[in-house]
Amino acid sequence: MRPWHACANSRPNQGFYFEGATPTLALARSPYTILHAHDYSQMCMRYEEFPAKMTETREERRFAEVPRESIKLMAESAGVELGDDVAAMLAEDVCYRLREATQNSSQFMRHAKRRKLTVEDFNRALRWSNTETICGYGAQDALPFRPLKEGELFFVEDREVNLVELALATNIPKGCAETMVRVHVSYLDGKGNLEPQGTVPSAVQSLSDDLLKYYQQITRAILGEDPHLMKVALLDLQSNSKIAALLPYFVYVISGVKSVSHDLDQLNRLLHMVKSLVQNPYLYLGSYVRSLVSSVMYCILEPLAASINPLNDHWTLRDYAALLLSHIFWTHGDLVSGLYHQILLSLQKVLSDPVRPLCSHYGAVVGLHALGWKAVERVLYPHLPAYWANLQAVLDDYSVSNAQVKADGHKVYGAILVAVERLLKMKAVSLSASAEGGAAALQGSVGGMMGFRESSPGLSPPPEPLSEPPLGIASHLQAGGAGCQWEEWTPVSLPDMYCELYSFFGDSLAVRFSTGPALGGAPSATPIQSSDTRKEPGSGAANLESTRKMPQLTANMNISPRQDGSPRTEPAPPSLATAPGRSLARSSSSSSSSVPRSRSSSSRPGRSASQSRDIFPKARFPPPQVGPPAFSFLIGGRQMGRRCQGRRFQTSFTPTPSLTSLPPRAYAHKLPVIGRVSKPVRRWTCSHYSLYLPL
Amino acid sequence: MTRLAVSAPGEKMAAVQDGGSEPEGEKEPQPELPSDGSSAPAATPASKPEEQQQQQQQTLLAVLQFLKRNKLIESVDALRREAGLADEPDEAPGSEAGGGVGGAAAGSADSADASALLSRVAGAAQSGAASAPAKGGEDQPDVSVVLSAYSQQGDPSLYQVYYSGLKKFIESVLDCHRAELSQLFYPLFVHMYLELVYNNHESEAKAFFEKFSGDQECYYQDDLRVLSGLTKKEHMKGNETLLDFRTSKFVLRISRDSYQLLKRHLQERQNNQIWNIIQEHLYIDIFDGMPRSKSQIDSMSGSLAGEARREANKAKVFYGLLKEPEIEVPLDDEDEEAENEEGKPKKKKPKKDSMGSKSKKQDPNAPQQNRIPLPELKDSDKLDKIMYMKEATKRIRLGPETLPSICFYTFLNVYQGLTAVDFTDDSSLIAGGFADSTVRVWSVTPKKLRKVKSAADLSLIDKESDDVLERIMDEKTASESKILYGHSGPVYGVSFSPDRNYLLSSSEDGTVRLWSLQTFTCLVAYKGHNYPVWDTQFSPYGYYFVSGGHDRVARLWATDHYQPLRMFAGHLGDITCTRFHPNSNYVATGSADRTIRLWDVLNGHCVRVFTGHKGPIHSLAFSPNGKYLASGSTDGRVLLWDLGHGLMIGELKGHTDTVYALKFSRDGEILASGSMDNTVRLWDAFKAFDDVETDDFTAATGHIHLPDNSQELLLGTYLTKATPVIHLHFTRRNLLLAAGSYNSQ
Repeated sequence: MRPWHACANSRPNQGFYFEGATPTLALARSPYTILHAHDYSQMCMRYEEFPAKMTETREERRFAEVPRESIKLMAESAGVELGDDVAAMLAEDVCYRLREATQNSSQFMRHAKRRKLTVEDFNRALRWSNTETICGYGAQDALPFRPLKEGELFFVEDREVNLVELALATNIPKGCAETMVRVHVSYLDGKGNLEPQGTVPSAVQSLSDDLLKYYQQITRAILGEDPHLMKVALLDLQSNSKIAALLPYFVYVISGVKSVSHDLDQLNRLLHMVKSLVQNPYLYLGSYVRSLVSSVMYCILEPLAASINPLNDHWTLRDYAALLLSHIFWTHGDLVSGLYHQILLSLQKVLSDPVRPLCSHYGAVVGLHALGWKAVERVLYPHLPAYWANLQAVLDDYSVSNAQVKADGHKVYGAILVAVERLLKMKAVSLSASAEGGAAALQGSVGGMMGFRESSPGLSPPPEPLSEPPLGIASHLQAGGAGCQWEEWTPVSLPDMYCELYSFFGDSLAVRFSTGPALGGAPSATPIQSSDTRKEPGSGAANLESTRKMPQLTANMNISPRQDGSPRTEPAPPSLATAPGRSLARSSSSSSSSVPRSRSSSSRPGRSASQSRDIFPKARFPPPQVGPPAFSFLIGGRQMGRRCQGRRFQTSFTPTPSLTSLPPRAYAHKLPVIGRVSKPVRRWTCSHYSLYLPL
Repeated sequence: MTRLAVSAPGEKMAAVQDGGSEPEGEKEPQPELPSDGSSAPAATPASKPEEQQQQQQQTLLAVLQFLKRNKLIESVDALRREAGLADEPDEAPGSEAGGGVGGAAAGSADSADASALLSRVAGAAQSGAASAPAKGGEDQPDVSVVLSAYSQQGDPSLYQVYYSGLKKFIESVLDCHRAELSQLFYPLFVHMYLELVYNNHESEAKAFFEKFSGDQECYYQDDLRVLSGLTKKEHMKGNETLLDFRTSKFVLRISRDSYQLLKRHLQERQNNQIWNIIQEHLYIDIFDGMPRSKSQIDSMSGSLAGEARREANKAKVFYGLLKEPEIEVPLDDEDEEAENEEGKPKKKKPKKDSMGSKSKKQDPNAPQQNRIPLPELKDSDKLDKIMYMKEATKRIRLGPETLPSICFYTFLNVYQGLTAVDFTDDSSLIAGGFADSTVRVWSVTPKKLRKVKSAADLSLIDKESDDVLERIMDEKTASESKILYGHSGPVYGVSFSPDRNYLLSSSEDGTVRLWSLQTFTCLVAYKGHNYPVWDTQFSPYGYYFVSGGHDRVARLWATDHYQPLRMFAGHLGDITCTRFHPNSNYVATGSADRTIRLWDVLNGHCVRVFTGHKGPIHSLAFSPNGKYLASGSTDGRVLLWDLGHGLMIGELKGHTDTVYALKFSRDGEILASGSMDNTVRLWDAFKAFDDVETDDFTAATGHIHLPDNSQELLLGTYLTKATPVIHLHFTRRNLLLAAGSYNSQ
């Protein structure tokens, strides 16, 4: 039995309470109202303590009571003497009337659809029972009710208000805002409950002024003129832990790449912004990663307005965007795994579309390269024969009007070369790793990753960082590849691939592979392996230093391509021999590849390829002393974890620009040097470094 | 008893002879007890035949004496002849009984059988006679007369003994009867307590209350609280709850077997005090068949005056929908429609009449089309109907798989307190009633609210022009919202007229006001309720509206009459909500006495009484097909009712606070409920109705057995942030709109 409580029909824990009053003007009040006020409060108070003491003092405490002393006091103040019995009777009656009024007042609360009983409700109940109402207690704030220490006196705190001060106050209170109705869709198809209510709208609402200011400052800094300020802003964006609410805004800003495609600078800045966001460890990109990826893809693939002017170095932008793409895949693989195939498809589409400008093709190649050698093997390599014909036509056109296009063509050529080289290299590495047992485990490319991992502890140098990104992506490739359109793709054996590629690139391909051994002078496979793979800055050995400058060295090598007369054992024949084994797509394209092959073979005998061909067979055999598989698995896992920080792979790109920029001049088949002779190179390196500035 | 006295002798004879018949009203309980003893000797093996005979004779004597006193000599003779009694029975019992009448059963507890019975009969007769005037002037019960029913009393110290004796007995009976007989506890408890209080036995009353109040069902807590505060005779006079209790007989439904068990017990124990209360203050509705289970009883009980009598729900209810006037919906595309809209309905009119006769037949459950005179359709109404039908074709078919989207209209900066909300049927306007006596109207669409120009300006307008309706509007007054001033107390109910030209508001000041939405001024203040008017609603066809309030009377009005057309009296508590049936022939009212009543607009009769809620009812909703009614109360439960059979058919548990809003989707497949607990819940109404309809047995007996399937029926719970939901509305395309005021506290 908790009478007061339940009669308000309110929540159990909320109880039944009155709204109090603010200190009101200290006007003289009739004693009658004072009694009321006093007793309400006391009733409330008693009610508060009621539940606790209910069991012991049930008799007395069932209801709040007005003590007879109060009645007597009141009577005295009105000049009447009351006997005890009269006072007791009166007290009891007053109690009952108050209870009744309270019960009646609760219906006003219910009909006003409130949980809180207000003084107003009580006054209404009094009014309807023809009783005087109580004035002065209608304010919203709580009513401070104080006991007086000295005596048993309780009173409502009633501070005096200085009217003069109030009248002369300068801060005029704001008027109440207008009552209004606002509508929002709370639940769409009854499903709103599954997600937190609209992410963006809620962010809008919860965006504090500080955040808003931050957002404005940051965007202004990044898109502004001051490079130093930009760096600071990007650095903060990369490390700030409190900007989750702003993520949608930044993503929106970044999606503005399409509107600034004429301004390389802005595009660059936006890409930097992407990078900072991606690198921020406190941000969960969630579904926004898609938007970011699409912005990046835009920069990679679209024929930007800026690229109309040949002086604009949009190539760098594309390279950087590709790098970013690979970064995103590398660090946020879990979020974008579904996107991998989508992206491959779109890259493939661009590549196979001859109408697209060369810069788009370049972007596609770079993008594939960024997605890893597996992507190159799957998309670029099968398309190469078909594409080569077009490229060749461009490169062979020496007319002046074609100069610019031709320059672009060389760019593409260089990019393809780099991609293909790495493909070969990585395939070799993976093969050599996986095939330690068998002599000719040629189709190891699919399962080769794990084999490579297993064998890595056995190799003297740590495994090459180049292989890291592909590993992460390869898993997606294998997981999601089933339903895709390149199902018919079958792994091509390394020698076949090499032969095919050699037929396109001729010595320029071979020379690269021969660089290592030629320089180091070591004929055996292991040193090559090491020199090739060891590109980590930490190793610092002299010959490593030189391998890193491979491009320059290749130029040297090209001068004497036939230094070693290793036999041409299986240059062209294998490629022909494997043709039937290939897929339809490959075999159809192989016919078109005959043109470049004949060309390359006619122009050069391709002696230099022998060196690399020597390497590959040897590389397959090397270290049979591999640790127990279980152990190596462990290490592989640990390395994976270490690599997941995703920094190292950047080095894999360092050769890319230099390779693409320099070779045209150095190639043995003497592709004419076109366009910007030296300036672009310098600029390239410049921008190359700027890309890697640790912001 | 007065009625018994004036009834024809033959009729009375039949009543006495036909001992087996069950009481059919308030006149027969007295002879019931003894006569039943003779009619069912097998069932009462304890009482010996001669004892029974003696009893019967004594009863006869008592009746004779009564008749004699009332100068019904003919009846006396007839009865004598029938009973084969001696012409002159000894006068001793008669005189003793006369003494009993005077002494009001003072010594009944220890006196002889015969005198006890006689005094009982006489005492009952006396009290019945005393309460007769009260019944005559039911509108304003004479308090002292009503209360005087408690003047007879036993030994106050024995009340506890009586009560605990009965309690012990009920606890010892078979399980199947116990649940039924337990229903007696509460009314007996209340009446015994009141008797004690009335006779100034304050301490005994308190002790009695302390001892037994804990035994009562939890859903009577509210009433018990009121009772517990009442310890003085003087306080009883002004207490409405008590008057309710006193003026109405508490209705119990008990199976015949259980009832006989009880009767036998009381007979054996000579427990007159309790028996008197049962006779006077309780109405026991006896049915044949299996005793009901505890859950069955619990689902129906809880109202202030017990369950509804069975016959109260027997009247036929025409719950079917009225035939819609045939209006051809132009099948043309939107663009055509725009230009033709003006001319369309007129062109289609002749067609409509020819179509009307042969197309769909009258629903057998529907009332006569003209049972209630309804306003003629105006052209604008027809246009609106066309719009409605067009919208209806685009309506989303809702179901458990396709739940509606919910839009929430939040009232912001409502310092003054939002008390009522209504949407127009086409969801273009929203009105809010506020505690500061204002009514505000907002336009939900981009179309702003405009007033009609002043009379002077209107006279300048070319009345022949095509766009005269546009020209009369004063563009200067266009605004998103308008405020209507006029009430002098919180506005507790608002309702738009179906044609969107009027708005009704009901207020604490006792008036219902009609506002024009053309001029945004008050047109009429309907005065009739002299107390707060808690709710009002327009008829779905306009013109009529209903209001109900603190005076416990619902009134039916027509907009052009300043006096109510009908007054629906019968509730024992405030009328908290009122709703029109979709066919406009009935009005449902929910009340603080925890019952729902359905009233026939035509004759003002109460045709349904639904009990089962355990708290005041704050929301009602008819299903669109008119067959069902949903009601929500402060206990957070939503109950579903079948109007045709007068049965409870569903209980939806889930809300944790008062359900202030209920609405069926346009197809009636989803029931949405909004509550003080800041949630909107969606229920599978189709399934709830479907499950029950297959069951014929319940319809025949009236004993429902509700499956506890709230969880299966609950399709979704949708939270607001901190906004109690006080109104719900389905748009014509079945989008759910909810409204409430944001509560920052």
